[in-house]
Amino acid sequence: MVDLRHAAAIVGIHEHATRYAPDKSELQIQGESIIKALEDAGLTKNDVEGLFTASSSIRNSGLNLADYLNMYPKYVDNTTVGGGSFEFHLSHALTAIAAGRINCAVITYSSLARSGGVSVGTGGVGRYGHPRLDPSPDSFEEIYGLTTVGLYAMIAQRHMHLFGTTSEQLAEVAVATRKHASMNPEALFRTPITVADVVNARVISSPLHLLDCCVITDGGGAVVVVSPEIARNCRQTPVWVLGAGEAVAHQGAGKRDLMYIAAKQSHQPAFEMAGVTHKDIDMAMIYDSFTITVVETLEDLGFCEKGEGGQFVSGGRIQIGGELPINTDGGGLSSNHPGMRGIFLLLEATRQLRHQFEGTPRQVPNCQLALCHGTGGALGSRHSGGTVILGRD
Amino acid sequence: MPEWNKPLPSIVGETRPYWESCRRGELVIQRCDSCNEYQFYPRGICANCWSNDIKWVKASGKGTVWTYTVTYQNRTQGFAQDVPYVLALVELEEGVKMFSNIVECIPQDVTIGLPVEVTFVQANNQVTVPFFKPSA
Repeated sequence: MVDLRHAAAIVGIHEHATRYAPDKSELQIQGESIIKALEDAGLTKNDVEGLFTASSSIRNSGLNLADYLNMYPKYVDNTTVGGGSFEFHLSHALTAIAAGRINCAVITYSSLARSGGVSVGTGGVGRYGHPRLDPSPDSFEEIYGLTTVGLYAMIAQRHMHLFGTTSEQLAEVAVATRKHASMNPEALFRTPITVADVVNARVISSPLHLLDCCVITDGGGAVVVVSPEIARNCRQTPVWVLGAGEAVAHQGAGKRDLMYIAAKQSHQPAFEMAGVTHKDIDMAMIYDSFTITVVETLEDLGFCEKGEGGQFVSGGRIQIGGELPINTDGGGLSSNHPGMRGIFLLLEATRQLRHQFEGTPRQVPNCQLALCHGTGGALGSRHSGGTVILGRD
Repeated sequence: MPEWNKPLPSIVGETRPYWESCRRGELVIQRCDSCNEYQFYPRGICANCWSNDIKWVKASGKGTVWTYTVTYQNRTQGFAQDVPYVLALVELEEGVKMFSNIVECIPQDVTIGLPVEVTFVQANNQVTVPFFKPSA
């Protein structure tokens, strides 16, 4: 494969700090985020050649965003594969830039999941109104009352059955991310919690409790990705896209072992492209829709053996100061989760690689390499997985 | 017959034999005559070898709970009133997994590996839905 290391860099980011924005439109949040991210990079509207976005609510999202912002991008990609879509976008932007098709791309997302009252995890198929089911797979699934949390809970249940994973171990993920959220003034929930708080919270879908589940917020953000030539003249330290891998996992005609997730397929190409190994990674942003998502992802990314994720996340290992700090912004479990969260993984990894928090407890010391893994869809039915590895010079 | 207030399946050509069999109280699945693999959910193409040599075969209707969750919250009409209910993936004897609910028992009785068998509930004059209950 062509060496794509240092072929594209993240040079601008913005996270829309709002967690509740009932008086804004989704396109406005995207527009405001793009403007701020370009400002961060020291670039302008006219520099943007590629537009990457995903939405579960905006029709023809790339087209409508271009219209709203009066842009004429020559490269448009609204790959929508659930919450991890934005890791796919970065992977695609890398390829488009490396091929010389474009020199500057923006990736953006927004959602009003909270002010819109969308029950993302527990609404079931009827959360957007009375549904007409597709002949397949809906008609063989939704008639039984699937929920997003239920589809992850089923995987948690079997993980416990096969490997002896405990609710207390899953709770460690929520405790660690809340500790990180306590250092993030923009996080929705910042008060530290204990393992007991998590396991004593009400059960939403067994064995997952309320605090095993991500929050629901409004919000959005944007990322600016450019060629090395442009990166050299930007205001910020470039954060290079060193490796990327994409995968899907599904029912496999009723025969796939659902305990293995897409991360198992997507991480290898990412590590190979980047030419690094697990022990080189200084911090990771792991999509945390639910606590079990993190445990399964760390296993299938290869940070520990299958079945050992429960032990791996315990004892402070995934906290700042531990062996592999994850979700240092507080993650979806405590900071924000506006329907899809993949873009925020890229934002926080970039902040850490810029050493933006130097001199504060939130900074991962000497952070040189970060891994982001976005999961979209549901582990129990079908989902996507996008792994990207980012690094600084 | 109580009124069915849950979502109903949409039925098209490639899935109609499944739903018609359910109306007769029979669970059928597909097997490919070219590669002999079973598959679920039903479709017009063999998911393994991509042939269209698909045959419908009667399933034993027996299986085990591969995994499950007791659902305490679902805002969709028809399920909101049903909580807590058991959502499960049932592995049929033929080796394919299908989503269902485990019924005719209390949720606390359900475990992974529990032997179950199919049972049918008529939703309306057109649709009958297969569920699973603990084996006798």
